[in-house]
Amino acid sequence: MTTTIIKPRKNFSLKDFKEVWEYKELAYFFAWRDIKVRYKQTFVGIAWAVFQPFMAMVVFSIFFGSLAKMPSDGIPYPIFVYSGLLFWQFFSSALTETSNSLVGNANIITKVYFPRLILPISGIVTKFVDFGIASIILVGMMFYYSFTPDPIILLILPLLLFITFMAAMGGGLFLAAINVKYRDVRYVLPYFIQMLLFVTPVIYPASIAGAYSWILALNPMTGVIKASRAALFDNAPINWELLGISFVAVVILLIIGIIFFKKAERQFADIV
Amino acid sequence: MENAIEIKNVGKKYNITHMRGGYVSLRDVIMNVLKSPFKHVKHKAKSVFGKADNEEFWALKDINVTIKKGEIIGIIGANGAGKSTLLKLLSKITPPTTGEIRMNGRVASLLEVGTGFHPELTGRENIFLNGAILGMTKKEIVERFDDIIEFSGVEKFLDTPVKRYSSGMYVRLAFAVAAHMEPDILIVDEVLAVGDAEFQKKSLGKLDSVSKKDGRTILFVSHNMSAIQRLCKRCILLEGGEIKMVGETKKVIDFYLHRKIEANKLSLEKRQDRSGSGNVQFTKCELVSITPQNHAIKLKLSYRNKTENLYEDVKISVDIKDANEEHVSDITNNVLDQRIDIQKGEGNIFLEIFGFNLESGEYSISLFMANDPMNSEILDSIENVLLLDIDNDNFYSTGKLPPIRSRSLFNFAFKDNN
Repeated sequence: MTTTIIKPRKNFSLKDFKEVWEYKELAYFFAWRDIKVRYKQTFVGIAWAVFQPFMAMVVFSIFFGSLAKMPSDGIPYPIFVYSGLLFWQFFSSALTETSNSLVGNANIITKVYFPRLILPISGIVTKFVDFGIASIILVGMMFYYSFTPDPIILLILPLLLFITFMAAMGGGLFLAAINVKYRDVRYVLPYFIQMLLFVTPVIYPASIAGAYSWILALNPMTGVIKASRAALFDNAPINWELLGISFVAVVILLIIGIIFFKKAERQFADIV
Repeated sequence: MENAIEIKNVGKKYNITHMRGGYVSLRDVIMNVLKSPFKHVKHKAKSVFGKADNEEFWALKDINVTIKKGEIIGIIGANGAGKSTLLKLLSKITPPTTGEIRMNGRVASLLEVGTGFHPELTGRENIFLNGAILGMTKKEIVERFDDIIEFSGVEKFLDTPVKRYSSGMYVRLAFAVAAHMEPDILIVDEVLAVGDAEFQKKSLGKLDSVSKKDGRTILFVSHNMSAIQRLCKRCILLEGGEIKMVGETKKVIDFYLHRKIEANKLSLEKRQDRSGSGNVQFTKCELVSITPQNHAIKLKLSYRNKTENLYEDVKISVDIKDANEEHVSDITNNVLDQRIDIQKGEGNIFLEIFGFNLESGEYSISLFMANDPMNSEILDSIENVLLLDIDNDNFYSTGKLPPIRSRSLFNFAFKDNN
């Protein structure tokens, strides 16, 4: 028989992660709910996941690619920008979702207990599904432009997704904790994310910054997008060093996020 | 017998700043820091050294209870006595400030019917979602799916989005999921207040049988004294965040009702257990007269306006409840389109109730005042301001009453056509 002991809560411990694992089914149900609801509420349903990056790709290709003649490391601009947008969309939507996960589910948080980390995790799972659907377009474009990706992509793709996941999760958890207390986070965030897009080599190649490209490397998404292009288009060797730095950076970010989140967690139900 | 729940020295403290507003905007914080940086640093330093001057409020204090396995225990108390806080602690929604709670067995809590129900999803989908939120595994839900549907009686609408459900169907489905959780310990808040009488009966019966047959422990909070009396052998009375009494249900309820009368003797002005902005407060509620012949009751409500504003067209509500805390009637001025204005300073409002046709007994009156009919600002809300001792035994002026005791006495006339 299980025994529950409730005490004034300390900071987080390894037991918390065990608990998250025990509740994995709930994370699945939340993700399933979000996907299902979106499918029912919107006319185009799940196609929305494709539509967004696709339209962005078309607009960027016209203005930056054809008109502004943005360099793209010798790769056709549409596929160049789409590969960047794919990861970018995953990151930015996961970050937004995570940072709203607590406030958006206040009615559940105040009524029933489960490890709160489940909410941001399931939010990211939903975005991951979007990523999967949107990548179908990329596969089509690869055929169209007849690119054969480096087989290493199969190895590196999970790693890149994992880094993106941790980056969005780390930042998102931190923001979610602040969002509970200061509700203007929600209004600042879209603006902030838009700024981030321009300091990430999505619509331009990292090489554009020349000698200053190391500044861009501080942004973990730089490493992810660069490596994905290197593997997809086989145009440059994968910069493992840069990827390593990104990996360490997001792990630190994630730890900070979790610490903040767990620290704020005990107040959630009293504040929201 | 084995203990199901042990609560030791449990307390829960809130800072008053948490209680009102709760969240602040980052903009305000930044502005405050910029405006008076020194004051901010001082305040921060104080809070670091634990000398902050923000007020503390103990929602619960020194709670010590042991609950045996298989027991159904009721928790009663006035609003703000700490019932909900206690349930929140037991459900792990918020951690206690002091003390320890030990629970043996799987715990499920039902603080609200239909937590996490999504209006766009169908009944079937919501059963799975709600079940998972309440802590059931998918396997368990699948196993009990048929029972849940049978209990809810909504099988025809299983594939209809719940936003199209009537509120009755919604509640039935939600309770059906919760009733099939099969935990060892079940924590139930005022969830049965919703739903029709028949369903309430069915739900209470379900709770009862669950505890008797399977030896489950149930903690049950309710304002419905008759439900508590029916279900629980033992009862806890909370008052001001502390346990006032634990014991046999009948005794605790009698004690509680008696104390409420005592509390009524305190002048209205001094009472703290009220909510609302407090800009206008009721200061007195007096019974001016009861006329036995035409069963008319006249009340005088006095108020004090603490602001310099006039409050025009306010909503006043006089809520009458019987001894079991069940609503008998809610009397408000806006259903009659009667306009009441609050003047500056002090003033009186008179209320006359005609044809008071309830059976003899004690009825309590609660007062409510809001700034306009839409309740945009609740000025004052206070419960049990007056106890009406109604003697309607001579309602029909014949000294006789119908043989079956009933709640309402109607005015009627028979005529034979011969």
